[in-house]
Amino acid sequence: MSENLNSENKTEVIVVGGGPAGISCAVTLARAGHQVVLIERGKFAGAKNMFGGAIYAQPTREIFPDFEKTAPLERKNVTHKYAILGEKDGTVIEYTNKSEDPVSYTVVRGKFDRWMAEEAKKEGVILVEETVVKELIVENEAVVGVRTELEDFYANIVVVADGVNSLLAKQIGLRGDIETKDVAVSVKEVYKLSKEKINDRFHLNDEEGCIYELFGGSMLNKLGLGFIYTNKDSVSIGLGITLNEFENDDTKPYEYLDKLKKHPLIEPLIKDGELLEYSAHLIPEGGFNKIPTLCGAGVMVVGDAAMLVNNLHWEGTNLAMMSGKLAGETAVVALSKNDFSENSLNRYAEELEKTFVIKDLKTYRDLMDIAHSRKNSFFGYYLKKINSFFEMFTSVNSVPKRTLYWNFIKSLFKDRGIKELFKDLWAVIQLLWGILIK
Amino acid sequence: MGSNTTIVGDFNQMTLDDKLSTIKYEPDINSHLNPDFEQCKTCKSKICNKICPAGVYEWLEDEKKLLVKYENCLECGACRIACEKKCINWEYPKGTKGVIFKRG
Ligand SMILES: Cc1cc2nc3c(=O)[nH]c(=O)nc-3n(C[C@H](O)[C@H](O)[C@H](O)COP(=O)(O)OP(=O)(O)OC[C@H]3O[C@@H](n4cnc5c(N)ncnc54)[C@H](O)[C@@H]3O)c2cc1C
Ligand code: SF4
Ligand code: SF4
Repeated sequence: MSENLNSENKTEVIVVGGGPAGISCAVTLARAGHQVVLIERGKFAGAKNMFGGAIYAQPTREIFPDFEKTAPLERKNVTHKYAILGEKDGTVIEYTNKSEDPVSYTVVRGKFDRWMAEEAKKEGVILVEETVVKELIVENEAVVGVRTELEDFYANIVVVADGVNSLLAKQIGLRGDIETKDVAVSVKEVYKLSKEKINDRFHLNDEEGCIYELFGGSMLNKLGLGFIYTNKDSVSIGLGITLNEFENDDTKPYEYLDKLKKHPLIEPLIKDGELLEYSAHLIPEGGFNKIPTLCGAGVMVVGDAAMLVNNLHWEGTNLAMMSGKLAGETAVVALSKNDFSENSLNRYAEELEKTFVIKDLKTYRDLMDIAHSRKNSFFGYYLKKINSFFEMFTSVNSVPKRTLYWNFIKSLFKDRGIKELFKDLWAVIQLLWGILIK
Repeated sequence: MGSNTTIVGDFNQMTLDDKLSTIKYEPDINSHLNPDFEQCKTCKSKICNKICPAGVYEWLEDEKKLLVKYENCLECGACRIACEKKCINWEYPKGTKGVIFKRG
């Protein structure tokens, strides 16, 4: 690395973390003609990363306009399914759109992040892999560089893009420690299946993909969501469960997944698949209320390190890319003024406020609090009730329909009690108010 | 841990070790996970045993000791956050070491 820097081991900007946030930031700076070093701890960018997952076409084009031509993409997603799972039954809502430009593509991070990093390199980013930044170097209350295992490196600006655990943002006090209710632990398994089997089971043509969002099932009464994504010749299945759910229960993360895989609606989708890889990762869930201080003198925090994830929509890479890009643009302005003060870098926070990133997180600011407080209703009772409605509706048992309907309605009041029903209703009103108006 | 092992067929019978055997690791000789073992002795929840997706932690009741199979760690960070006593000195493995996901 040293040969790329001047004699004092100093460059203009150091970006820590070669995920979508860090790469977007670094490439923005390189395109503006600046010297930027991107440090990644993995053997290659993507080696430490796991997600569902899908990357979003429009936001990715903002960073790599022609990515669809050369990036390693698995399938373009045309079908979204929302599966509401009871213990043994399930209700699936499906939306398919094969005509439009795809909204998202499935990718594998080990290939896609690596591709992005190589592209960034072509545009002038100095990529340093297999190097852990141990801490930020702070002088006179300003971040002036990074300490790696071997050497210290200095820069005018350091961008912290080190992901959900962000030990670096924590080190300099921009963010406190994460609480167990603000993060989910997720596990994923990738199953090898032939293209033909995938196409048959998910009703797809070649190159087309399907996304399942899974509610309930093994996660009934827990704050958890599951997912299935189709790759070219494999299927990814996983789930994320909020960390504080494990306090009162002995089920382990992978046991929830094992049970989910046995659900009668899910099992046929991955049957006879060969497990290619198991993996785990955290998902930030704190939302708007847990966004840390985004900048300080000589430093900006982007992506998961700044908790920028919209977990209801499984959006994270797009928020990471946007925040990285804006931090990069702010660094360009700061370099032109030679002003790296907190005030100068605060432009990044201001710009981010104007985008969907902060706006969306604000829209859902009450979601997790309500989800935590009404968990047994919305992650348990109603999921089962939706299924029992369809069980009733599809039943043919010589009981008159009107009796069936009234029995169903009565059961709502019997199971829940008026007070609980009102609390649920109030939660829904609060949530809608928060989403649409507040 | 072999990286080429594959598991076919009945995933209902799959153990955690089977899952972990699909992952490529470059193990280090030193642990990057260092709980304060004295504090573990008085820890009530032993929550690290429950939340770790790789089963890295195992409380050995007879020996009153916490076993840390750090070579299996997936570097997720869950134990660091969940530890009852916040007593795990948790670091990333060295740049050349640890897990290498190929299909994350
Ligand atoms: C189960 C799951 C499913 C998801 N599904 C989706 C999805 O479908 N679509 C979507 O858009 N988002 C999804 N997300 C969220 C998305 O993955 C993240 O929001 C996104 O990866 C954040 O990008 P980032 O660059 O901020 O962080 P990361 O991608 O985590 O990158 C951080 C990088 O920093 C490196 N690093 C960390 N510390 C250091 C250090 N000290 N020194 C050097 N390098 C370091 C890491 O190795 C890593 O490469 C999902 C997340 C999970 C866990
Ligand atoms: S939770 Fe923390 S204190 Fe308790 S046994 Fe695990 S490492 Fe030790
Ligand atoms: S970081 Fe994750 S995988 Fe590693 S020991 Fe902690 S909980 Fe287990």
